[in-house]
Amino acid sequence: MSDLRPQAVVIGASAGALEALTIILPALLADFPVPIMLVVHIPGDKRSVLAELFQAKCRIRVMEVEDKEPLVGGTAYFAPPNYHLLVEGNRTLSLSSDEPVMFSRPSIDVLFESAADAFGAALVGIVLTGANHDGARGLRAISDAGGHAVVQDPATAFAAAMPEGAIARCPDARVLPLDAIAAYLQKVVCA
Amino acid sequence: MSDLSALEKVEDIEIRLLLEALYSRYHYDFRGYAMASVKRRLRQALEQLHISTISGLQERLLHDRDMLPQLLGYLTVQVSEMFRDPDYFRAIREQVIPHLRTYPSLKVWVAGCSHGEELYSLVILFREEGLEDRTLFYATDISQEALQIAEAGVYPLDRMQLFTENHRKSGGKSSLSDYYQAAYGRVSFDRTLRRNVVFSDHSLVTDAVFGEMNLVSCRNVLIYFDRTLQDRALGLFKDSLPRKGFLGLGAKESIRFSDHAGAFRDFVREEKIYQRIGE
Ligand SMILES: C[S@@+](CC[C@H](N)C(=O)[O-])C[C@H]1O[C@@H](n2cnc3c(N)ncnc32)[C@H](O)[C@@H]1O
Repeated sequence: MSDLRPQAVVIGASAGALEALTIILPALLADFPVPIMLVVHIPGDKRSVLAELFQAKCRIRVMEVEDKEPLVGGTAYFAPPNYHLLVEGNRTLSLSSDEPVMFSRPSIDVLFESAADAFGAALVGIVLTGANHDGARGLRAISDAGGHAVVQDPATAFAAAMPEGAIARCPDARVLPLDAIAAYLQKVVCA
Repeated sequence: MSDLSALEKVEDIEIRLLLEALYSRYHYDFRGYAMASVKRRLRQALEQLHISTISGLQERLLHDRDMLPQLLGYLTVQVSEMFRDPDYFRAIREQVIPHLRTYPSLKVWVAGCSHGEELYSLVILFREEGLEDRTLFYATDISQEALQIAEAGVYPLDRMQLFTENHRKSGGKSSLSDYYQAAYGRVSFDRTLRRNVVFSDHSLVTDAVFGEMNLVSCRNVLIYFDRTLQDRALGLFKDSLPRKGFLGLGAKESIRFSDHAGAFRDFVREEKIYQRIGE
C-alpha cells in the first residue's frame, strides 16, 4: 500500500493494554529509528505510572508527554491521563483538555487522526486489545491517508471488541497476532 | 505537472485563510494556536453546522454576524472543574499561602478563567486561609460567554459531587455547600465570593500587562497555543510578576521549552508552580 518508510508509529489500547504492550515494547531495539505515540485508556484519577513501568522493561526511551514535547526517534510517548494527545504538523506534541470522545480522554481516534494529518502515508497505526470502539475511525483516517493500518488479531486479544471494530471500519488493515507485532514494526521502520 | 503532495494541503490553506479573516474582520487572533486541535474543532463545526468546506464557513463568517459567537464557541474550549487537580490547590494552600501571608495586600490573576471554576476555587481557598479581604482577584478570558457565566457563578447541580470531592482532597477547611444554594437542578455561588473580583475581557495573544500580581494562575490555556504564542503569554506573566511572585500552570504544561524559562525557578515542581527570580 505505502512504499514510504514510516516516520512514526501510533498505538491505541484499552482493556488488556498492559499485557499486550509488555509483549511489544520491550522487544523493540534501542536504536528503533522513529517515535511511537501511545494512547492507553486508564482511569483519569490515577496518576499515570505507565511510563515508569515500561521504562524499567524497555530498551527504547519511555516518557509521559508534556505539552509541546518535540518528537525524537527511539522514544515511546504515553498520553497523560485526562488529556487528549495530538501531533502537530511541525512534529511536536500538543495536549488538549477538550471533552472526552466516546467517553475517552485521551482518545485513540484523536491521536490517530492528527497523526494521519501530520505524517500522511509515512505512518503506522496499530489498534490493540480493548472493550470499546475507540480507534476504528482513527485507523480509517490513517489508511485513507495511505499509511499502514494494523490490527491485533482479535483471537489473540484480551478483549476483542476494539480490534473487531477497527477491522470492520478498516477492512484492508493488516491483521497480526500479538506476538508478531514487534517483529513487524522492527521490519517496517527499517525497510 | 509538479508534485502536488509537496504543496500545502487544501484544508490547511482554508484554515489559514479562515483564521486570517477572523483576525482582519473581528480582531480575534487564533493564528498562532496549536493547529492540530484547531483543525479538529473546525471539522466538528463543519459537521454540526452542516457546512461542507472551511471556505464555506469563511463566507458565512464574513457575511453573517451571528456566525462569530458560534465559531468562537468551537474555537475556545470551556472544560473545567472546581479544584481541578486537588494537589495543585493543596500546594498553593500549604506552600504558596505562607509566603503570601507576609504581604499587606495581594493581587491574583486567573488568566483563561473559563466559567469561573478555577477562580472560585482560589477565592474559597483564600477565604479559608483568611486572606480574601486583602486580595484583589482578576479573572480574564477572551470568551464573553464564558465571562458571563463566571460572573453569574451558576453551575449544574450534578457537578457538585465532583467539585466537593476535589475540594475535600485539596485540603479544604470548610464545606463547599457553605458557599452555594441549590435550586431547580442548579447551584448559585454566594455573591460575596465576588466582592473582590474584577472580571474582564483580556486576550493573552493581543492584550498587554495590566498590573503587578503576586500570583498568576493560568491552567490549561497555554496547551492551546503554539510555542511562539506560549512565549508571548509567559512574557506577560513574567512582566506581571515582581521578584518572588508565583506562577501556576496546568499539570502537563511547562516552561521548559520557553525563552522565559530562566526568569523562573521551580517552586513546587510536580504541581507546575514557579517562582519569579530577579533578572
Ligand atoms: C480549557 S479552559 C481552562 C479553564 C481553567 N483554567 C482550567 O484549567 O480548568 C481554556 C480557557 O482559555 C480561554 N482562552 C483561549 N484563548 C485565550 C486567549 N488568547 N486569552 C485568554 N484566554 C483564552 C478559553 O476561552 C477557555 O476559557
